[in-house]
Formats: sequence, structure tokens, C-alpha cells
Amino acid sequence: MSLLDYFRSSKKTTANTAKERLQIIVAHERRKRNSPDYLPQLERDILEVIRKYVDISPEDIAVSLEKRDNELSVLELNITFPDDKR
Amino acid sequence: MAKIIVVTSGKGGVGKTTSSAAIGTGLALKGHKTVIIDFDIGLRNLDLIMGCERRVVYDFVNVINGEANLKQTLIKDKRTDNLFILPASQTRDKDALTKEGVERVLNELAKDFDFILCDSPAGIEAGAMMALYFADEAVVVTNPEVSSVRDSDRILGMLSSKSRRAENGQDAIKEHLLLTRYNPERVEKGEMLSVEDVKEILSIDLLGVIPESQAVLNASNSGQPVILDTDSDAGQAYLDTVERLLGEKVPFRFLTVEKKGLLKRIFGG
Repeated sequence: MSLLDYFRSSKKTTANTAKERLQIIVAHERRKRNSPDYLPQLERDILEVIRKYVDISPEDIAVSLEKRDNELSVLELNITFPDDKR
Repeated sequence: MAKIIVVTSGKGGVGKTTSSAAIGTGLALKGHKTVIIDFDIGLRNLDLIMGCERRVVYDFVNVINGEANLKQTLIKDKRTDNLFILPASQTRDKDALTKEGVERVLNELAKDFDFILCDSPAGIEAGAMMALYFADEAVVVTNPEVSSVRDSDRILGMLSSKSRRAENGQDAIKEHLLLTRYNPERVEKGEMLSVEDVKEILSIDLLGVIPESQAVLNASNSGQPVILDTDSDAGQAYLDTVERLLGEKVPFRFLTVEKKGLLKRIFGG
């Protein structure tokens, strides 16, 4: 390996960037694809209810429905509250 | 029992028709009676790639509408035995394909053929959905490039939810990755996603890797499936691909940069 290669390998290649970006967007789109149609509306409704009491933004809420078996689905709700106001 | 294989990708211009022509010809060369159907209604091009554009009389939509029978419509390939082409229509609107109509034609073809290859149009509209609906297996043609990989993943989602097999609760469509326009030199420089990268992102079985090759344009220029150019890297890679599709174990070639010998370095080549 030449000196030039050494410097080259320390730099992040565009192929690496492409791979990372793809992994993130593909994972995101797969989650969305596998979730029922009502989930976005459910997320909005929950956001509205919580906003009556606490000021949170849409990024602070994450809703996902995970199918464990044929019988069991788990609705996971993640809400990040701001530190100061409670 | 005929096997129905869809050649699909989501994104346009990645090599669906080139691959359909090559794989269909390869299956026929191996002695399997094969028909390739062009599902790209309105933008027929398989005929041009197969070099039979001047022999089209009737088309897929004519058969569906009962204006012609299959015998009148199927074009027998002049170079390869066992190979037939069902061309798309050029003038009708794409709503001309109905599920019932397509199913009837496929059932009739299934009596006579070993393989039915469905060359899908780009996109995720009705035509593309129809091409994949009845499939037993899918060849997902992908370029090592971000938009193509993302679109392939969307098509994989469609294959697992919008197909007849999915709706009837049958075994899932068997999905194969066909990576085309692969350039090992650029991969080595870190300028192109590698085979491993794409496999990891899409997590499906690798069927073949076709190197970026001058032979592909030369083949389409002359209306001859590139697989018949047995001296070319792309032709050989497609032949390997067909053998893997038939269940043979074939090592992958053309994945690394060919080391140039001293003489080649001096004299070029």
C-alpha cells in the first residue's frame, strides 16, 4: 500500500456516505410501509391531546406498531418531554 | 408447470429490458421453452432490443381484447429456438391491461411454456403492478447508485404485499438481486457502492452481477441480446446469471479490477 493510499483510506469515501444514507432511509421507509394506514393520524391526534397540557413538537413523539406474533401487536409510544416545563 | 418471473426495478433505465432479453434468451438456449412479455404498454421496446421490431403484427392488448389469438401474436425468435416474444402495444392507454385479461393470457401461455418472463415498466403504476402480480419469482434489477437501491427496496415491499401470492397467503415470491452496470474500478476507489453494500441494504439473495460494459450498447444497437455476445464480459455474466436462476452453483466473476500485466501496461489494452 502506497503513502497515497494511506491518506485516501483515512478519508470517508462517497460510497460510504451513500451506504449510510441508504441504510437510514430504507429502514425508515420499511417501518412506515409495515405500519397500518391509521398510524399517522393516530400520531397527530395523540400530539394534539398532549399539547393541551405540555408544549411539545412533532419530533418529540414517535409511534410504532410492532407485530410480535399473529396474535399480538404492540403499540409503542415514545414522547420526549421538555426538561423545564412539566 | 410454467414458472412466471418478473423482471422489475422501480427505477427506469437500470437495465430491465436488456436483462429480460438476455435472461429469456439464456433460458431458451438452455432448452427451456420461454416467452418474454413486454408489459410496458405505450412504450414498447423489448421488440427493439430483441431485434424483431419489424415483425410485430398484433400485441398483448389485442390478445387480451380477443382481437387476435396467441398463435398469431407471439413472435418466434429467429436466432434462438424455444424463444418467443409477446410485444406490448404502442397506442393503447395503459388501463388496457386488466387483471382478468392478463391472468387468462398467462394461463394459456402456462400450458405451453416452461418460463414466462414479464418485463416490467418502470415506476409503481398499474403496468408495473400488473407485471409483478402473478409472479412466482422476481429479478430485481438494481444499479449501485442511491436512487436505484431505494426504488428497489420499494419494489421489494410491493412484491411482498401486492402480489397474488401475498393476497392468497401462499409462499412469498422468491426475490433475486441482479446488480447491473457494476464498475469494480470505481468500487475500489470508494466511488461506487459495492456488491456487499447493496446486498446488505436490500438483504436479498444475489443472482448476478453484470459489469458496466460496452457490449451492452453494441448489443442493443444491433438488436441482439447481449448474452449472445459470448466473448463479452456482460454476456458471460448474464449466462452465469441464467445458470444460477436454474439452480446451478456458479462462482461470481467480474467483481474485481483486472490486474494489468506489464506488457499490457506498456502497450495498452
